[in-house]
Amino acid sequence: MENLTAVVQTTHHFPWLFLIPLFPLLGSAINGLLGKKLQDRFGKQAPHTIAIGAMVAAATVAIISFANLLRLDASERTLLDVVFPMIHVGAFRVDMAFALDPLSGMMALIITLIGTGIHVYSTGYMADEPSYWRFFCYLNLFVFSMLLLVLGDSMIIMFFGWEGVGLCSYLLIGFWYKEKKNATAGMKAFVVNRVGDWGFVTGAFLLFWGLGGGWSQMPGQSGQYVRDLPKTDEQVRALDDQVSGAHVDVKTVAEVEAPEAEKGEHGMLEAKAPHGHAGRRYAVPIGPTVSFRELRDQLAITHDGKRPLVDGGTLPITVTTERPGVAKASQQKMAQFEGLANKTVWGIPLVFLICLCFFIGATGKSAQLPLYIWLPDAMAGPTPVSALIHAATMVTAGVYMIARLNFLFVLSPGAMTIVACVGALTALFAATIGLFQYDIKKVLAYSTVSQLGFMFIGVGVGAYWAGVFHLLTHALFKACLFLGSGSVIHGMHHLTHHREHHAHGHGHGHDSHRDPRLVADPLDPQDMRNMGGLATLMPWTRKTYLIACWAIAGFPWAAGFFSKDEILWKAFSNGSTLVPGWLIWLVGLIAATFTAFYMFRSYYMTFYGRTPSAEHVEHVHESPKSITYVLWALAGLCLIVGPVLGFPALIGKLWHGEPVLETWLEPVTQFTKLTLVGERAWKELPAVEVAFMLLSIGVATLGWYVAKSLYFDLAASEARLLAWKSKYRGIHSLVFDKYRVDEVYAATVVQWFREFADLFAWIDTHVIDGAVNMMGTISKGVAWFNSAIDKYLVDGAVNFVADSVIFSGGRLRRLQTGRINQYLLGVTAGIVVIVLVAYLV
Amino acid sequence: MDLSTLITPGTLFFFMLAAVTLVSALGVALAPNILYSAFSLLGTLGGVAGLYLLLGADFVGIVQVLVYVGGILVLILFAVLLTNKLGELKLNNLSTGLMVGAPAAVALLALIVKGVTTTAWPLTEEATAPTTARLGDSFLREHLLPFELVSLVLLMALVGAMVIARRAAKEEGRSVPEESHDRLVG
Amino acid sequence: MSAILTIGLNHYLLLSAALFAIGLLTVATRRNAVAVLMGVELILNAAALNFVAFSHYVEGTVGGQVFAVFIIVMAAAEAAIALAIVLSIFRHFKSIDANDTSTLRE
Repeated sequence: MENLTAVVQTTHHFPWLFLIPLFPLLGSAINGLLGKKLQDRFGKQAPHTIAIGAMVAAATVAIISFANLLRLDASERTLLDVVFPMIHVGAFRVDMAFALDPLSGMMALIITLIGTGIHVYSTGYMADEPSYWRFFCYLNLFVFSMLLLVLGDSMIIMFFGWEGVGLCSYLLIGFWYKEKKNATAGMKAFVVNRVGDWGFVTGAFLLFWGLGGGWSQMPGQSGQYVRDLPKTDEQVRALDDQVSGAHVDVKTVAEVEAPEAEKGEHGMLEAKAPHGHAGRRYAVPIGPTVSFRELRDQLAITHDGKRPLVDGGTLPITVTTERPGVAKASQQKMAQFEGLANKTVWGIPLVFLICLCFFIGATGKSAQLPLYIWLPDAMAGPTPVSALIHAATMVTAGVYMIARLNFLFVLSPGAMTIVACVGALTALFAATIGLFQYDIKKVLAYSTVSQLGFMFIGVGVGAYWAGVFHLLTHALFKACLFLGSGSVIHGMHHLTHHREHHAHGHGHGHDSHRDPRLVADPLDPQDMRNMGGLATLMPWTRKTYLIACWAIAGFPWAAGFFSKDEILWKAFSNGSTLVPGWLIWLVGLIAATFTAFYMFRSYYMTFYGRTPSAEHVEHVHESPKSITYVLWALAGLCLIVGPVLGFPALIGKLWHGEPVLETWLEPVTQFTKLTLVGERAWKELPAVEVAFMLLSIGVATLGWYVAKSLYFDLAASEARLLAWKSKYRGIHSLVFDKYRVDEVYAATVVQWFREFADLFAWIDTHVIDGAVNMMGTISKGVAWFNSAIDKYLVDGAVNFVADSVIFSGGRLRRLQTGRINQYLLGVTAGIVVIVLVAYLV
Repeated sequence: MDLSTLITPGTLFFFMLAAVTLVSALGVALAPNILYSAFSLLGTLGGVAGLYLLLGADFVGIVQVLVYVGGILVLILFAVLLTNKLGELKLNNLSTGLMVGAPAAVALLALIVKGVTTTAWPLTEEATAPTTARLGDSFLREHLLPFELVSLVLLMALVGAMVIARRAAKEEGRSVPEESHDRLVG
Repeated sequence: MSAILTIGLNHYLLLSAALFAIGLLTVATRRNAVAVLMGVELILNAAALNFVAFSHYVEGTVGGQVFAVFIIVMAAAEAAIALAIVLSIFRHFKSIDANDTSTLRE
């Protein structure tokens, strides 16, 4: 047997993982089933106590699990919890299993901790909502689905979560479903996401097929799977016996060297590499699988420095059998596995196709070009939802998925290039739209799309840890920004409510024919032109908003700088994409400049710009404590997380070497080492990296400076702004209208479907109706002709038609006897026919 | 070929039980009186229980006797007696469908027989030994969840049966006692 | 001769096939709802017998027996519900002839 080596992922059994998603599910179920009664009986604290309690419990278990993960050796950091076997059909095996590795552990912490914060925030924000319980039910359900997505050990479980978050997103965008606009936005999100889901599912199917899976896998065929890896000494011995062919089942095994093993402490069972078996050979399952871990293990097997499954080599496969009924197969059979990389579909490399399909899934969920259109509309939902779902967690699912499948994506440079390029283009495209928006939530929505683009640049160029790091920092500062904007809207709402009341009192409705480009609707609490000068009225909100703006713009004392700069640097210096790295870098840098500008524009328009009117002073107040405390917590994290987790290696080397997060994610991303372009020495120079860093800071400062000079004092600059607007009217309105992408879609895809419908309508009116009309004319003629010749013949014909209708009706009626016996006979006859067809054809 | 060596007690038992099972099953299908049908069912269920024992499934066999014969069959007898006036117990006419039903059943039988005889089953005969302990083990380990679910289903079925039967009684209101009195006497 | 006399898997499968066919016949031809139910019991028994036989001759584990027990339990639940329905139908239609209870047809 040839020598194959691989680092098998050691897993540790940890039976409490399922509690993390279970608590939110329970909370959701209680609120969903009993919430209304509880709320009527005990008031509004009942639903939110249950929901927040569930979140706190989930967060506690997540933290405990994470602590257990920390105590393990870096190469063994995977906690596994198989709850129950779900589907075992042929080679297709799915368990309800959860896995916590460094990546999913980080995500679980983000989801549960930020989720808890946003639950607390919602108690303040949604205080006036009548169906309070429904909101918390959906919110908990969302957290459950998201945890399922993140913790799931296989693509199937991930897909459950994937669909679950889509559903919750739909439910929460349309939370105030009585307004048609909100319901439509929810539906739009749902429909656009279906396109992405198609990509995900197709990718998973292709991958399963590419690994040798298929329908009706028969025993003995290649691709059969060895399931349970040895746990105890006896099992190891039994497996040894199997592999040497003594007495076995029909199985296919590739042997690999096991890593050095240590005795499992911490009260957890060792799943692989038990004590005293260091250096032994272990079986790595080979064949179709949907489990991320098993997929990673088999893609990581190396054979003379190459990966056999990928490079199309052969593997020695032990195929043995001892059942008397089946002919004895040869003891050692060389089974040919088709390499994943050598398979093609219509001439396209399969790996590329798989990655592309998964990326289509990611563009749908993470709002990238061309499927980003749903996210800005999704702002119709309540602001905490925008913060939790449409900024911090759900929209990052695509990034998470690609980071999770990193071992697959590195096999296809083409797919990685597409990921990076789409990410860069989205980052720039959305940033430009964000420049001229007046709705504060729309600005944040486009900034989310743009920042997600940055993450995709990161994972696209192979800097997985940087992409994931930006995911983390973005979750913090964008949640803080959204919640801050929510706090402002909450305050403004009192003002607009007052205005509305006033307007109705005096009997004039508001003028809806204004051009939204020029004049703000005075009743819109989200329009930044209605704000201005709120700094003194909402001091806490302002401060936290400022900190988050620092973070997103990339000032070196807040989180976003570290992650964004790392992504841009890696984009510049990478050599794995097919497009030159500096191009991606340049697009990203321009997007970063725009980002700094529009974020500070929103900041100054909201909190400065003009002195607040008496009306503002009277009605707008700082939000309740449940809101401001959460804002402060997030703002504090924005300041701390960046330097702690991601200090650049360059400076970090002075005291702790690699960035903490990179080291932490190492076990997950170890097969995807970044290749530097051309190995050119000057790129390794610290001075170059420092120069790039200074450049990043420079563009951030530039964006801030322009924003401040234009918007800090509107009275001074308003005339200039208006002059520019009228001068560049064409381009301004194009960008303001979001490049009219929605209109283009409406004109192409939607229009195409409509035309199709029109075509059928035309056929209906002209062909079918024509035929009917012709029949009518003919029968009229015949009737006339007949009446002219012989009345009896006409009567006879009419009677014959009537009789035949009655006859056939009676015949048909007999089918519907209402007698079960006859129905059953029908079923039996059907079965016999089907089986006969199956036998004969 | 010596027949006496081939005919072991096991073989003998099998054929006896098979005969009992099939003959009484035919009785269920064809008996002119529904009471005969019900009692024939006893034979079938008992025969199948015996076959379970032959297959080493002692626990299943005993459950078959307890639940089927002791529970379900009695329930069926109750239903027969409650829904027929005692005078006309012969009310169990075959429908005209026998001419169609019998060929259909035979066709399906032929298909199954063809399938059974042409498939090469991967056989691993195991010694006939009591399996109750292993069965109990598997109920409390790998099949724990289905086991609990089944108990839940059973509970729901009981409650459901009660609800259905009671609602009917309520709708009838006061006329129920008179009716049932009539039925018993009449 | 010896093939017939050596009891194996096929014997059980054929027996259960016959049992199934008779059950089907009962369900298809009987007009009395209780008798139809008896036919269903025959079919269930045939299936359970198959499970136990496969468990003995092929699988070598008790998995099939577990299924047989589940089938028996399900049959009990089904019988309880079905007989309650039969009683309820009888009260309503004063008959349990399956052909009389076809009012849904109209």
